[in-house]
Amino acid sequence: MSALSAPPPAPASSAVAPEVLSPSREAWRVFRRNKAAMFGLALLGAVLALMALGPLLWPVAPFEIVGRPFTPPFEDATLPLGSDYLGRDILAGMVVGGRATLAVGLAAAAITVSIGLTVGALAGYFGGWVDETLSRFTEIFQVMPSLLFAMVLMTLFDPSLGTAVLAIGMVTWTSTARLARAEFMRLKQLDYVRSARAIGARDRRLIWQTILPNALPPIIVSATLATGSAILFEAGLSFLGLSDPNVMSWGLMIGSNRKYVLDAWWAVTFPGFAIFLTVLGVSLVGDGLNDALNPKMHLR
Amino acid sequence: MSILAVVAKRLAYAAGLIFAVLTINFVLIHAAPGDPAMVIAGEMGGADKSTLDQIRRTYGLDRPIPEQYATYVGRAIRGDLGTSYLYNQPVTDLILARLPATVLLVVTALLSAIAVGTMVGVWASRRPHSVGSGAVTVLSLVGYSMPTFWTGILLVILFGKVIPIMPIAGMRDVRIYGGWFVTTLDVLHHLVLPAFTLAIVYMAQYSRLSRASMLEVLGSDYIRTARAKGLAERLVVWKHALRNALMPVVTIAGLQFGNLISGAVLVETVFSWPGLGTLAYDSILGRDYPTLLGVLFFSSVLVIVANLLTDLAYRWIDPRLRAR
Repeated sequence: MSALSAPPPAPASSAVAPEVLSPSREAWRVFRRNKAAMFGLALLGAVLALMALGPLLWPVAPFEIVGRPFTPPFEDATLPLGSDYLGRDILAGMVVGGRATLAVGLAAAAITVSIGLTVGALAGYFGGWVDETLSRFTEIFQVMPSLLFAMVLMTLFDPSLGTAVLAIGMVTWTSTARLARAEFMRLKQLDYVRSARAIGARDRRLIWQTILPNALPPIIVSATLATGSAILFEAGLSFLGLSDPNVMSWGLMIGSNRKYVLDAWWAVTFPGFAIFLTVLGVSLVGDGLNDALNPKMHLR
Repeated sequence: MSILAVVAKRLAYAAGLIFAVLTINFVLIHAAPGDPAMVIAGEMGGADKSTLDQIRRTYGLDRPIPEQYATYVGRAIRGDLGTSYLYNQPVTDLILARLPATVLLVVTALLSAIAVGTMVGVWASRRPHSVGSGAVTVLSLVGYSMPTFWTGILLVILFGKVIPIMPIAGMRDVRIYGGWFVTTLDVLHHLVLPAFTLAIVYMAQYSRLSRASMLEVLGSDYIRTARAKGLAERLVVWKHALRNALMPVVTIAGLQFGNLISGAVLVETVFSWPGLGTLAYDSILGRDYPTLLGVLFFSSVLVIVANLLTDLAYRWIDPRLRAR
């Protein structure tokens, strides 16, 4: 027993011993070297800064009619990005419009991950009839086209930000569930889990404290991607006119100016570009996390 | 298991799924706030109490919930999804009239995304550390991050204003008369932009996916054997490796069919493509619940059918599965 718990023998030459880092520091080291991922992080930082400071730098009410309709961008100094079909300031919408989009995206992703992780963990851990039942349940949600399902929910219930969060969360959790199920199925058979069970750990402890930490890396990546797709989802719903009409968002700007794209390209192009950059930032970070958290990649 | 037994088992399973989707639809109708009779009356321009009672009797809303459920499922199985308030037509007829347009759009987009995505992925996997390969990785992330409807709008602006060589709305040009050949060409001409818009996201994903799986497959022993026995590199890559590398693409494509229909809703709205998506959009604007729920139901059935076909495609690509 004492032989087992003794520290490993010191390497012959301690001068060349590799630096030992904690897993998260090691991941950060790999992440930092990834230029694309760092670019994504910078992009996200810029978007967040704009959302925090934007309305202070450009204090114009986004719903207010402040100028001539269809003013092109870069012509009028008071309307740098032009105005929409009602004469509302595009820049004013841009600087506040990300708040709703990002808040809904993050909250919906949190719901997606909670449902997906719980369903997937239970199915993968218990197997048998629990797995059978939960997998069938997952499949029902998988065959219903998620955007149509969310459209129905937003139409039947009131189109507030809260409904949007719930609707997006409810229709997008299946891929996280599949991933979590596969991870739990794989990990529960490993020796360290068997040993924990052998010394008397209960199911609850085995699931959340023994297996979950090791299942986390792919789930973190999936949560990042879920945030990106939830943002796209919110934008899509707003584009269809299914968002809170009293909250300015990038999607709402695109949706309300949709009929006038040929007369005012700027009114849809700028908010769409903002959504694109945000999602690109999230995707790049997710991609970088995938490489950084996947131990096999370190060897390459 | 014989192919027939597999198909029979899958069909029974699909029937179960269809039943489950119907149940969810029914629950949604009854969980929504407000009296359905009032909603129907609202569409007809307001009503007094006797009219409301009349509506309740006509739509069976005065019966107990379990009985309503049984009626709903029974009718749906016979293909009766109710009547559209907006068009005053059976929902099933409306949907069947719009279905071909959506299927054409979705299948064209899916097949071209698989074809182009796989080609690009295979090409990028040949020189994994080259600039071109890196560009594929970056471009695929860009394609994945663009909101579908925004891409569509940009194309509408580009081809509607800057270089007007492509139709940007609808499926037919009413000014063009002619036989089936001219009509087909006209529809294909209208199909280019919507199908391309819808395909971009999936091209991006499939090129990434097939690049990664090709890299894995090309490193395996049987490929080394194929090369060692002197097979042409072209054969090794396109015949031996690609067959295995296609598996994840087919799996994901099957799983994503639902997302593809979701994307089609946005694309159809942008390009006024007369399919299920525009029908759903119009029924939202008109508060036409039976039609909206009918579209949700029918498109779920479409996904179930697509999953069945994926299963069969899988067996065709992988002979090992046929033995089972």
